[in-house]
Amino acid sequence: MPEKRERHLCEGCAEREGVIVKQSHHTTSQILNEFIKHKSKASPGDDRTCPRCGITFREFRMKGQLGCPNDYEAFRPMLKPLIERAHAGATHHVGKVSATADEGVQRQTDLLKLKRRLQVAIDQEQYESAANLRDEIAALESAESS
Amino acid sequence: MTLDEMARTTSAWLRGDGPLSDVVISSRVRLARNLADFPFLTTASETDRTEIYRQLVDGITATSAGSDAMVVDIDAADPIEREILVERHLISRQLAAGEGRRGVTISRSETCALMINEEDHLRMQVLGGGLRLDELWRTVNDIDDDLASRHSFSYDSQYGFLTACPTNVGTGIRVSVMVHLPALRITKEIERVERAARDMRLAVRGIHGEGTEALGDLYQISNQVTLGVAEEEIIEAFGNRIIPKIVEYERTARKSLSQQGDSQLDDRIYRAYGVLTNARCITSEETQALLSPLRMGIHMGRFDQIDIATVNEVFLHAQPAHLQALHGRALDDDERDIVRADYLRERLAR
Repeated sequence: MPEKRERHLCEGCAEREGVIVKQSHHTTSQILNEFIKHKSKASPGDDRTCPRCGITFREFRMKGQLGCPNDYEAFRPMLKPLIERAHAGATHHVGKVSATADEGVQRQTDLLKLKRRLQVAIDQEQYESAANLRDEIAALESAESS
Repeated sequence: MTLDEMARTTSAWLRGDGPLSDVVISSRVRLARNLADFPFLTTASETDRTEIYRQLVDGITATSAGSDAMVVDIDAADPIEREILVERHLISRQLAAGEGRRGVTISRSETCALMINEEDHLRMQVLGGGLRLDELWRTVNDIDDDLASRHSFSYDSQYGFLTACPTNVGTGIRVSVMVHLPALRITKEIERVERAARDMRLAVRGIHGEGTEALGDLYQISNQVTLGVAEEEIIEAFGNRIIPKIVEYERTARKSLSQQGDSQLDDRIYRAYGVLTNARCITSEETQALLSPLRMGIHMGRFDQIDIATVNEVFLHAQPAHLQALHGRALDDDERDIVRADYLRERLAR
């Protein structure tokens, strides 16, 4: 196995050595603006209407704001790519769970949170805490299937 | 306390204390929530807005944190009162400029400001001086728990807390830290910091939010991603890694400015002091820009004619709405510049 070495490079050297991969990052408002810029063009699902508040997906695209909480349900397929782009690819909530959410939702969110922490622990090479997290995840998953 | 009395005091978050306060002016944590039984404000009727306002004011004032809060009906407030709240960072420009029934509840210490009917039904903000995100998160989380036992908030099992704009969905959290980065601006390293922040999906803005420039070398750093990351994770990243790193860069840049030439640096500081204490007519923008080298000079131990609490007081009171409140009447632009210069000479000259 090759020996692991830690090196500290300045931005210029790192670039010369090909360490930094230039990525294009967009701010959330850029994403939304870009989205709104294309509003004149027709987009799939434009005519879909929320049965609760009555706005169409097209109206949302013009305003950048939804009409009611049910729009997340009514426009789910069209919102999905937009939400993923705005939130660095995330597809699910990880974090505080509403007091009104049922136990299953609570457990699912806890599970996602633990899995995320496991990934961070692995990335940071904290193997001991990764092992603990793996056990916690296994325990939660077995409680779920039982 | 009335808004007029408030305008005469300095905000608690501007006392100039708190961890890393040589660079970090203040921290803020905000949570966005919407009542499940109402549409978002884009489609809400005036009756809905009034009912949302009533329910939330009742709910907030019934909590332990909100029992001593001042309730300000923004729709009924006059323009100077609204602007005072914006200048004190207690409400957003959007709430000040909005329409219809809307308001804010402000705790006695001015550390909690809960906006009602801004972009979402409720935006809970907690503010503090220096870098103290753990404490602010605990406070706002408790307020949220307390309110959640009285109201039902919109929530989806996949997307978490639902917000009017999908860019806030999930946790609805916005962590924002105001930092003073004069040395990084002088050494032109600020662009690198901005680039690095963007690469981490953070927003870097001027002090009055989106689209405002960094007046007085003050920058607001905030998270943009609210989905797929837990609140504690964001608080931890800001409090333990991102902001301490920026503080370290700024301190290094200040040191290197000192090494490059003391007299040049002192000249910058004392010229600013000279103008502030001798001008006969000065704009708010110029005042903010000149206070920046003074602030840096005090923290670097190179300037001791005034202290940091005075800089912060002047920083707040030289703004247009505060100046008019202190003066006791509305002033036009030209009058304001003269009154401001008089105020600065009186407050800063030794």
